[in-house]
Amino acid sequence: MMIGTWLDIGPIDQIEPGMARTLPVRDGEEIAVFRTMTGDFYALVNKCPHRQGPLSQGIVHGNAVTCPLHNWNISLKTGEALGDDEGCVPTIPLKVDAGRIFLLRDAVIGRQPPVESKAA
Amino acid sequence: MNAPASFDEAATTRERLVVIGNGMAGCRAVEEILARDPSRFDITIFGAEPRVNYNRIMLSPVLAGEKRFEEIVINPQGWYDDNGITLVSGDPVEHIDRENRAVVSHSGRVEPYDRLLIATGSDPFIIPVPGSNLPGVVTFRDLDDVDKMLAAADRGGNAVVIGGGLLGLEAAHGLCLRGMKVTVIHLMPSLMERQLDEAAGWLLKTELERRGQTILTGADTECVLEKDGHVAGVRLKDGREIAADIVVMAVGIRPAVSLAKSAGLEVERGIVVDDHMVTSDPAILAVGECVQHRGTCYGLVAPLWDMCRSLAGYVTGEPSGYEGSVTSTKLKVSGIDLFSAGDFSGGDGGEDIVMRDAARGIYKRIVVKGDRIAGAVLYGDTADGSWYFDLLRKGEDISDIREALIFGQAFASGGALADPNAAVAALSDDAEICGCNGVSKGTVVETIKAGACSVDAVRSQCKASASCGSCTGLVESLLALTLGDEVQSGPKTLCKCTSFTHDDVRRLILEKELKAIPQVMQELHWTTPDGCASCRPALNYYLLCAWPGEYVDDQKSRFVNERLHANIQKDGTYSVVPRMWGGLTTPDELRAIADAADKYGARTVKVTGGQRIDLFGIRKEDLPAIWADLNAAGMVSGHAYGKALRTVKTCVGSEWCRFGTQDSTGLGVKIEQMTWGSWMPHKFKIAVSGCPRNCAEATIKDFGIVCVDSGYELHVGGNGGIKVRATDLLCKVETEEEALEYCAAFIQLYREHAHYLERTAPWIERVGLDYVKSRMLDDPEAIRKLAARFRISQKYSQDDPWAQRASGDRKDLHQHLGEFRPLVLENA
Repeated sequence: MMIGTWLDIGPIDQIEPGMARTLPVRDGEEIAVFRTMTGDFYALVNKCPHRQGPLSQGIVHGNAVTCPLHNWNISLKTGEALGDDEGCVPTIPLKVDAGRIFLLRDAVIGRQPPVESKAA
Repeated sequence: MNAPASFDEAATTRERLVVIGNGMAGCRAVEEILARDPSRFDITIFGAEPRVNYNRIMLSPVLAGEKRFEEIVINPQGWYDDNGITLVSGDPVEHIDRENRAVVSHSGRVEPYDRLLIATGSDPFIIPVPGSNLPGVVTFRDLDDVDKMLAAADRGGNAVVIGGGLLGLEAAHGLCLRGMKVTVIHLMPSLMERQLDEAAGWLLKTELERRGQTILTGADTECVLEKDGHVAGVRLKDGREIAADIVVMAVGIRPAVSLAKSAGLEVERGIVVDDHMVTSDPAILAVGECVQHRGTCYGLVAPLWDMCRSLAGYVTGEPSGYEGSVTSTKLKVSGIDLFSAGDFSGGDGGEDIVMRDAARGIYKRIVVKGDRIAGAVLYGDTADGSWYFDLLRKGEDISDIREALIFGQAFASGGALADPNAAVAALSDDAEICGCNGVSKGTVVETIKAGACSVDAVRSQCKASASCGSCTGLVESLLALTLGDEVQSGPKTLCKCTSFTHDDVRRLILEKELKAIPQVMQELHWTTPDGCASCRPALNYYLLCAWPGEYVDDQKSRFVNERLHANIQKDGTYSVVPRMWGGLTTPDELRAIADAADKYGARTVKVTGGQRIDLFGIRKEDLPAIWADLNAAGMVSGHAYGKALRTVKTCVGSEWCRFGTQDSTGLGVKIEQMTWGSWMPHKFKIAVSGCPRNCAEATIKDFGIVCVDSGYELHVGGNGGIKVRATDLLCKVETEEEALEYCAAFIQLYREHAHYLERTAPWIERVGLDYVKSRMLDDPEAIRKLAARFRISQKYSQDDPWAQRASGDRKDLHQHLGEFRPLVLENA
């Protein structure tokens, strides 16, 4: 379980299932927030590990996104490239509470979030 | 007599347990405590409802008329009497006095406690829209609500149920059975989206619609309408109004925490409890839907049982600890079998095993992670739901039975049969392989032995798996068993999600009248829940082409360029190309383009090969604004980004050129006006040259016209890309009108027959020029019919997408969620 401050980035209905939207961070990496067709939410740095394509603009299928530049498939859960490709993009811990989306602040500003030793 | 005396003595020394809440959780907790230590507590239960404890989850069958209230009572009055429990019903507790350890009820009754158990459950959530407090707006939580719905149903008329989750659909079902005309309004695009994936949600919607309910998904309620002081209907945010004599709000529940909160207990979303269901006050416990345990609030019944066991163990001195629950869901709508459990969102580390049987309306999906089941969604056949749930909860290693897992317990437990090939080998010769065409295993094996070495050959020779395709796997097994390594793989399938080819899919979309992506995936047995980046755009195009004006374009199945109507560049910015009909422009247009380039910081301005101007480096959030500026100067989208008609390139023609034979520029403009906006299997380029010198390079275009003195030569299938291909001459026509008509016909033939992402050049290489000629020229009516179909399709595609976006449509695609500006501390 992640600990730290959570940023409220607004209600879940801002993002249609199967789509993603972006959150620029001043002096930091832009974040892509995804909503899968089955209603799960994920956040990644909006950069494909291959050539930095904006993953937020890719086609979402299952729990993966296909980068619009060169069709790399990236796992939304782990940020890792799927299939034969190799690379990984940082993920941002995200939680949904009472219909709103929260991102872990430390991760948003690019700091390694602390992890509680005991998993909940 | 000793017994009564000792009873009395015990009573004076027993701990006093007061339970707030006479519902399922409160009473179950008491039952669990009594089972462990019947004489430990002196028990008083307060209930808000004026009746004994009943099974709340069975209210749906009561509403549907399948059960009576007496049948769903859990604890009749005798149970309270036999166990010496004081039941105070119809008199809710209003205050907890923690200092003096007592509760105070509505009527003023003060009841001291040693241990207090809060089991207040949850309250239905009422969406705060105007009119939500009108008479006739009800929730679906207790027997009083059911009585109100039954009274409304007696009068008949229209019912609107807001909320397409478990509860809402059960209410809708009951009201429908009671004879009301029911409309379900659901905010999300898919029903029961928390329990079902898109595919199962679609099946459910179809079935409910077949039963006469109207299901509106993606529908946002604006207000409840009033007439004569009573509810009269519901208005949606898109302006639609639905008449209603009763409105049922079933959008969700909230833990009932106000009592605990005012008593100063720690409350977040629910009353915070530890693993023994103890609240922040050690004398007070809480259980059920009102609690929050390890961050989770539950709204289903199964976790209550686990919580009650832990609670009872703790208060009777044998603590076990509650560790949270994995939940499963079944919809209580008779005739609809639906089950979901665990995490079915799929993804990585995880693998989906999907089985679909369209003929029987079955969809099964098991999510496997590592060697364990992580989740399951079953529709149509839920017989194995409890088996999967059991494997899931126990975290059992399923690697040995994985291959046969999806076929269910009977099959998977068969030991040797767990290998599908072995299972097929074990079938008798007269076992039916293909149910649609009645083909037995013996017949398939004979067909294979007679020389059919591929699924396709088997399909064409004995019809096995030629219809719905659900037995393709069985046929593949028989091929492997009969031929060993000699099996020939068939033609390339559309993608890894299906065993069907592009041609199969296109044919079946028309034959089976499939009109939505989830429907295609279900009927054609897709092996993934929602496809992939290859098949989604292909299906979107095929459906758009098959059902013009009817199919609603699915933006999430569009490649980014077509979704944002601009070309993504390597740095994530976009390039914008306004249309210039036939390559013609004006000083005013050029000024507007120059202004836009300045205003939006286009870092590069380039003339394209298709005679247009390309503005590079535009940010996605600026696109609607630059389009508005270009629109204002009379320009529309150039579709330089689409699998669509790109450009009609022209030379200057007879108006100026000393060699020109016809008005090639004018014809180019007319062709572009006829064809712009049309979606195609791939990009499509046209050129018109005014004489055989061919300055417009018409013979490397998808459709090229070369003007000659006596008319127009029509050329097809050219490509100047990776593999240069010069066009084939289709025919020669005499008039401009004919040239236009033939152009429309050729485009439509290509639209209807090519595979998605197949340019005209490889398409013609594949099917042959003779095929194209015969389809266009053999039947004297063919050109007219094809062109007519193209024009029908164009009626729905010549809306400028830029103008739509410039006017504010789909802002979510362009705007950021916001910008985060971290506060930077000086010495941080």
